[in-house]
Amino acid sequence: MSVALTVEFLGGLDAIFQNQRKHKVTLDEASGKEALKLRDLITYITNNMIENENDIPVFIQDGTVRPGILTLVNDTDWELCDEEEYVLENGDVISFTSTLHGG
Amino acid sequence: MYQPPSDPVNKAKHLKTSQLCELCHSRKAVIKRPKNLMKICKECFYYVFETEIHNTIVSNNLFYKGERVAVGASGGKDSTVLAYVLKLLNERHQYGIEIVLLSIDEGIVGYRDDSLATVKRNQKQYELPLEIVSYRDLYNWTMDEIVACAGVRNSCTYCGVFRRQALDRGANKLNIAHVVTGHNADDMAETVLMNILRGDVARLEKSTAIMTISAGSPVKRSKPFKYSYQKEIVLYAHYKKLDYFSTECTYAPEAFRGTARELMKNLEAIRPSCIIDIIHSGENLVLKPKKQKKQTVKSKNVKKTELNTQEQELEVRTDGTVSLNFKDGNRCERCGYLSSNKICKACTLLEGLAANRAKVQLDLDTSTDGAAKVVRDLEKLSF
Repeated sequence: MSVALTVEFLGGLDAIFQNQRKHKVTLDEASGKEALKLRDLITYITNNMIENENDIPVFIQDGTVRPGILTLVNDTDWELCDEEEYVLENGDVISFTSTLHGG
Repeated sequence: MYQPPSDPVNKAKHLKTSQLCELCHSRKAVIKRPKNLMKICKECFYYVFETEIHNTIVSNNLFYKGERVAVGASGGKDSTVLAYVLKLLNERHQYGIEIVLLSIDEGIVGYRDDSLATVKRNQKQYELPLEIVSYRDLYNWTMDEIVACAGVRNSCTYCGVFRRQALDRGANKLNIAHVVTGHNADDMAETVLMNILRGDVARLEKSTAIMTISAGSPVKRSKPFKYSYQKEIVLYAHYKKLDYFSTECTYAPEAFRGTARELMKNLEAIRPSCIIDIIHSGENLVLKPKKQKKQTVKSKNVKKTELNTQEQELEVRTDGTVSLNFKDGNRCERCGYLSSNKICKACTLLEGLAANRAKVQLDLDTSTDGAAKVVRDLEKLSF
């Protein structure tokens, strides 16, 4: 089974994703493995979507999304939906918004 | 062009009671407030976010009826949300204030020109008048030229000094005596931390003030977002689909603020209330007034010499010597702007810049006075 997602990088985070805010991502489930979680998406983004390896610390710190980046699952703060344990569903909109810039 | 964030298509199924908003108990909670860890829905979030700002404004008497207020607008998240919320609250609670957007064009190609485009869209979206003052008009230099001349390392020093004056001058031009800025709780906590780390006790006391007025200056400044979390400001802009600009300045990273910010964000991840806690601590850190020393004959002499040196008029020079003789309400001899020294910081920096430009382009430059201007005039000539 696979899930098709809309992934958005906002608040300037698009700078490390070819300046593109909106991405369509399809994740394939490895056979015999349990359901796909948000953690799998973060791993996928880190391994496949960040063009320049040096930019990885902009997105990831200590193995998870860097503090100061807001993660929303269908517009809901991921803190309210099990964070990395959230089970992805077809059609989900996941957004990452950086707050770490001048204003 | 502004591209709004996508709306979710998947609706939540089988909501548990524990997932409901803790305020209205009827809608799904979407955010956990960093201040108090309360889980609330979008509608209640709008209401509490706006109302807290309203309470801050009212309890501190920030505005009076009929006051004209300039919003320091950069096109970034904070000032965009500030302009939007101020306009909304002004209509909802009849403050009776007149809001004008005031932007500074530092002259940074690929950064400020893009963010000014955002401000111009905001001007139309919120139907507010807009005034732009540029470094080029005020100082005859753009930041790009300054960086080419003085290097990237000092860029934030120049930009900061010039911007402070530029906002005042812009406000004067508009005949406005009150500038509001989008500094938020995170910024303020960061500043408190930085002043503690630097041991800057004098600034520490002032840094948490919601309104600052310098003696002799007609322009006061205030920060209605003093208690608003950055996270909530960004979420507010996100949910309301406000059009803001989010690219980091070409000449950032401000090294020291960067590390203080990292520290803050890591602290916040462990205990979100720490931001408001740091502000609270900062507000309550007040210096004990200095005791008058008993004057013995010996110390009397020492005091006398100290007084003599203090009475001399000291200046901040480009070589880094700093005046300790702080006087509020003085005016710069060159430009007339408020200054604690004979010559204000901006004029001192400009002097250094002009000297530098003259050195680089000696063959073109024959004058010593206003070298920068002469060189630019020559560059424009065509035969």
